[in-house]
Amino acid sequence: MSEQAIISTQDLKIGFHAQGAMKSAKVVAQQINVALHGGQVVCLLGPNGSGKSTLIRTLSGLHNPLGGAIKLVGKDLAQFSIRQTAREISTVLTDRLTVGNLSVYDLVSFGRSPYTGWFGSLTPKDNKIIEWAIESTAITPFIDRDVLHLSDGERQKVMIARALAQDTSAILLDEPTAHLDLPNRVEIIRLLRRLAHETQKGILLSTHELDLALKAADHLWLINMKGEVFTGTPEDLVLDGTFESVFEQDSFDFDRATGSFTLHRPTKEAIHLYGDDVAAFWTRRALEREGYIVTESNGTSLQVEVINKDGRFEWTLINENEEFSCLSVEELIQRLQEIAQVVGVD
Amino acid sequence: MRDSQKEHISEQRRTGMRPLYLGFLLGGVMIFFFLNLMLGSVDIPVGDILKILIGGQTGHLAWQKIIINIRIPRALTAILAGSALSVGGLQMQTFFRNPLAGPSVLGITSGASLGVAIVMLAAGTITSIFAIQQLSALGSWIIVGAASLGSAAVLLLILLISLKVRDNVTLLIIGLMIGNITIAMVSIWQYFSQPEQIRDYLIWTFGSLGGVPLNRLWILAIAVIVGGIIAVGMSKSLNGLLLGENYARSMGIPVSSSRIWIIVSTSLLAGSVTAFCGPIGFVGIAVPHLTRSLLGTNDHRVLIPGTLLMGAMLMLVCDIVAQVPGSSTTLPISAITSLMGSPVVIWVIIKRKNLQASFS
Repeated sequence: MSEQAIISTQDLKIGFHAQGAMKSAKVVAQQINVALHGGQVVCLLGPNGSGKSTLIRTLSGLHNPLGGAIKLVGKDLAQFSIRQTAREISTVLTDRLTVGNLSVYDLVSFGRSPYTGWFGSLTPKDNKIIEWAIESTAITPFIDRDVLHLSDGERQKVMIARALAQDTSAILLDEPTAHLDLPNRVEIIRLLRRLAHETQKGILLSTHELDLALKAADHLWLINMKGEVFTGTPEDLVLDGTFESVFEQDSFDFDRATGSFTLHRPTKEAIHLYGDDVAAFWTRRALEREGYIVTESNGTSLQVEVINKDGRFEWTLINENEEFSCLSVEELIQRLQEIAQVVGVD
Repeated sequence: MRDSQKEHISEQRRTGMRPLYLGFLLGGVMIFFFLNLMLGSVDIPVGDILKILIGGQTGHLAWQKIIINIRIPRALTAILAGSALSVGGLQMQTFFRNPLAGPSVLGITSGASLGVAIVMLAAGTITSIFAIQQLSALGSWIIVGAASLGSAAVLLLILLISLKVRDNVTLLIIGLMIGNITIAMVSIWQYFSQPEQIRDYLIWTFGSLGGVPLNRLWILAIAVIVGGIIAVGMSKSLNGLLLGENYARSMGIPVSSSRIWIIVSTSLLAGSVTAFCGPIGFVGIAVPHLTRSLLGTNDHRVLIPGTLLMGAMLMLVCDIVAQVPGSSTTLPISAITSLMGSPVVIWVIIKRKNLQASFS
């Protein structure tokens, strides 16, 4: 990461200026020292209301900072005109699109605004870049469709194509995967990764998809509710506990072992689970949902062994001296509930 | 080879049938302009009209006077008023991102009325609007200035409120209320005025395309042309604003200055027409929707010329209807435009079903 950062901040303070009923400025986050480099996908994570959108809007020049400095390709962002900024940073916002009677091609072509003349006429070079943006985002099948008749996933890709047509060094996206189903979320993230690596653009996106971000991001920026910003490689932030602390909340636990959040607090005893890998993985989830602590170490009174018998799974539940054979996870859980009831009666 | 073919495809995609439609509209404007000249209480043969148009002499001096002093100014006023109100309405719809925005709905026309009322009713018994208009070019400028200032004041007020209120429907309701306030102020003014002044004002509110004499037409023409040129210059900004202010700014559109130019342009267009012709409703709302449906685009580089031609053509049609061909009566033009425009607005609402989710 020796090359110059596309966007970098020095002690940036973001928030809202005092205005109207608000007597004093509302600081959302401060002491922000971050850098976005070319070819990188950076995910911005933080709880609701932590200021992710404000940071993205401030970095893209749509919102004035309260203090500190933002450097765009080495120069102060404040010295850029709107048009010059638009040649370096493009955005995909959460603002709803309410326009109809506009073809996808026309919408993507608006991305050329920072380069076209007063009337917005497109040169052959502009058209070539638009075609490239359309091909890169794989939206060619519906370039003639009215933007009003796009699905959420398609619309997001079109907005990314428009940002690409803007031919900027960085693309900042505010929750591009919100409202999308899982396949579409994955597709958008994949697309952004590919674009970052192929075009050497710096891509920053805010998201609520923690597991997706952990898998996809080259770099993470974390904001907590106190407005503190932490940066680093996802794995480092997980291992040093920063990731957990940012999302610290009651009834919400991050499991470092799996890199995911657990919905369920253990309330019951430990079970030693072993056997077929795939079946054990899914059995573990069921047991955890039931409140058991699943361990891989011996010495618990309850044990479950799962074996693969020619593609059919079989579970053996061992409770001290008793043994039960089960043919499904459902049956296994029923058995466990029966045992718990007996213990409860005692 | 492949590259040039691709460019050709994209070129075709961008333009499509639009030049053809624009050609049709231009043809329509010319046809109805001529029809407009033919119709009137005096029957003048087509051949003689053509002769007069190309500057020739006909036997009847009266015919020549009717065509040159009455019918041509009237038809030209219709063209100017129709295109100005429509382009003004289009800009308001894009600017407020609201399908029902237009000079008349957002109180801009009533702002112009207030301006004119203040000039007419405050000027005392000696002057009336027609006296002022007949008096001199300067008098016309006073009325145009007052109407433009009145409409600009209302637009600015709405703009200030729009900074606080992000919701379009709320803003529209506020615009309607401001319109009501200005109308109320005019009523109070009328209450303390002489009957003759009120009568003059009332006649002005009926709207008329015939009140602009040829030697005064250039004032309206200049105001409309300047407003129109600004609007064309705003095409790119308006396109950006279709996606909302944030996106527009992020694509390098200077939103703050565009905002001012759009207001200046709309005030000039709606204000000057209202000053000369009175408040003419619904053209500003209906024509942009019709043009979008015809051209199938929201690209203002095409939409502004299209709206301009469509507005001119429909105003000529409305004027022909208002003159009730075959009779010597002339109906108030604002009544005709409302009668023809309101169904269009209803059609838009029914067709769109969900107004919030889709405009334009």
